Amino acid sequence: MWLFKSSIGRKVIMSVTGIALVLFLTFHGCMNVVALLSADAYNQICALLGSNWYAIAATCGLAALVAIHIVYAFILTFQNRKARGNNKYYVTEKPGKVEWASQNMLVLGIIVVLGLLLHLFNFWYNMMFAEIAEVQNAISATDGFNWIKMTFSNPVFVAIYVIWLVAIWFHLTHGFWSAIQTLGWSGHIWFKRWKLIGSIWATIVMALFLIVALAFAICPDCLGGASGKVVPFAM
Amino acid sequence: MAKNLSFTIKYWKQNGPKDKGHFESRQMKDIPDDTSFLEMLDILNEQLIEEGKEPFVFDHDCREGICGMCSLYINGTPHGKTERGATTCQLYMRRFKDGDTITIEPWRSAGFPVIKDCMVDRTAFDKIIQAGGYTTVRTGAPQDANSILIPKQDADEAMDCASCIGCGACVAACKNGSAMLFVSSKVSQLALLPQGRPEAAKRAKAMVAKMDELGFGNCTNTRACEAVCPKCETIANIARLNREFIKAKLAD
Ligand code: HEM
Ligand code: SF4
Ligand code: FES
Repeated sequence: MWLFKSSIGRKVIMSVTGIALVLFLTFHGCMNVVALLSADAYNQICALLGSNWYAIAATCGLAALVAIHIVYAFILTFQNRKARGNNKYYVTEKPGKVEWASQNMLVLGIIVVLGLLLHLFNFWYNMMFAEIAEVQNAISATDGFNWIKMTFSNPVFVAIYVIWLVAIWFHLTHGFWSAIQTLGWSGHIWFKRWKLIGSIWATIVMALFLIVALAFAICPDCLGGASGKVVPFAM
Repeated sequence: MAKNLSFTIKYWKQNGPKDKGHFESRQMKDIPDDTSFLEMLDILNEQLIEEGKEPFVFDHDCREGICGMCSLYINGTPHGKTERGATTCQLYMRRFKDGDTITIEPWRSAGFPVIKDCMVDRTAFDKIIQAGGYTTVRTGAPQDANSILIPKQDADEAMDCASCIGCGACVAACKNGSAMLFVSSKVSQLALLPQGRPEAAKRAKAMVAKMDELGFGNCTNTRACEAVCPKCETIANIARLNREFIKAKLAD
């Protein structure tokens, strides 16, 4: 199968899984903004995406995308190291138009995975997993609003999330146009357009996440409307 | 008026692909700044020969920027900091300053093993061309050139792609050891013309398969290649190759 056996095929796998993850992030970012406006509305979304079969199926799909993207990231990097060989240049000069992110996609990706693990622990483990495993916590598994509040009441988490978002932003400023270039939908003119669209897109999506994290860190009680009661954390 | 320059060169010596290799250095004195880089190395070699030492080995042929043989990695840049769109042989000493140290290395990539010193084996590129970088022409009376109409824009673009001289600077610059800029230029120069279309799908598949078989890396669009290409090939060619290849595979 050419997707697995050819260099361009492997890149198509990276590209398609990457684009699917970008679309997921876009949805996720939009969903989070609801938490700024109404705790009830946000928790309704959480309930909708609770432990229903379709939510679990979508989560499995998402996990598969992430897994494929990571596995191929390592395969590509390993093959590329081999193709480059062991002989390092003694003097190198990075040409101006080579962007830093483009040469550090694996490193950025690894930071993204680490952030992702923390994120899954903060939310997925306490929400979807708790619901499936019928674990009782002080905050109910469907009370997403208060889970956000709880998480960002800890400044260490806020700092880690900010670093994480910055890493994803860098990953996407290169990843977005690179994914489209890999699919061949680019040229002299569209290259510039996709690069701009990608930067704007990545900035907007990451800003959505950042606004939510910072708002909850700075003034949790100003958010979520009337029913955003604080439930003290006890585990 | 030509000025004279004095500087130090550090040049790479290596006895074959398995040898570890090392730098040797030398003071070059009073070299006129209109000397070309390769002429400067000729001066070095004359000195070495006079001293009974082994000359420094590097590739070159036309010395006018069209053959693609010269291939030196100078101060961290393939072909050095030439005026835009030029090869090592078109690099002149006026681009350097008095007292500089100039480091000269070979193309370093697994696809291009060192033969000796800074001469590397680029047969891999020939093999990729042999895999499909041609049109299978039926000989016979040639038809009138104007009977096949080609839009000016396509003809120009094909000509730009065809100006790739196969020097391998793109591979030398690439952290992934990828040959995509070369392969995409060679696929594009034919894919853009009606004469190349009948075999376009077959060509894209065969050349990419050969490139992969020879162990060149997977392109991650870092654009180091187009930044150093002496013929100003661009990654628009790589997008075109991806398009041609994916289309061909989907049609199978
Ligand atoms: C938030 C999750 C992620 C998103 C949205 C994402 C998105 C993308 C996109 C769109 C691309 C471009 C594909 C292409 O060039 O064809 C890409 C490439 C890449 N990603 Fe990710 N990625 C994510 C997570 C990761 C992780 C966890 C890793 C590794 C551990 C990783 C490593 C890579 C590598 C090595 C590339 C190849 C570089 C390239 O081709 O430009 N990514 N990613
Ligand atoms: S694409 Fe440019 S750098 Fe690469 S082989 Fe052709 S001329 Fe040399
Ligand atoms: S020697 Fe022919 S291009 Fe430099």
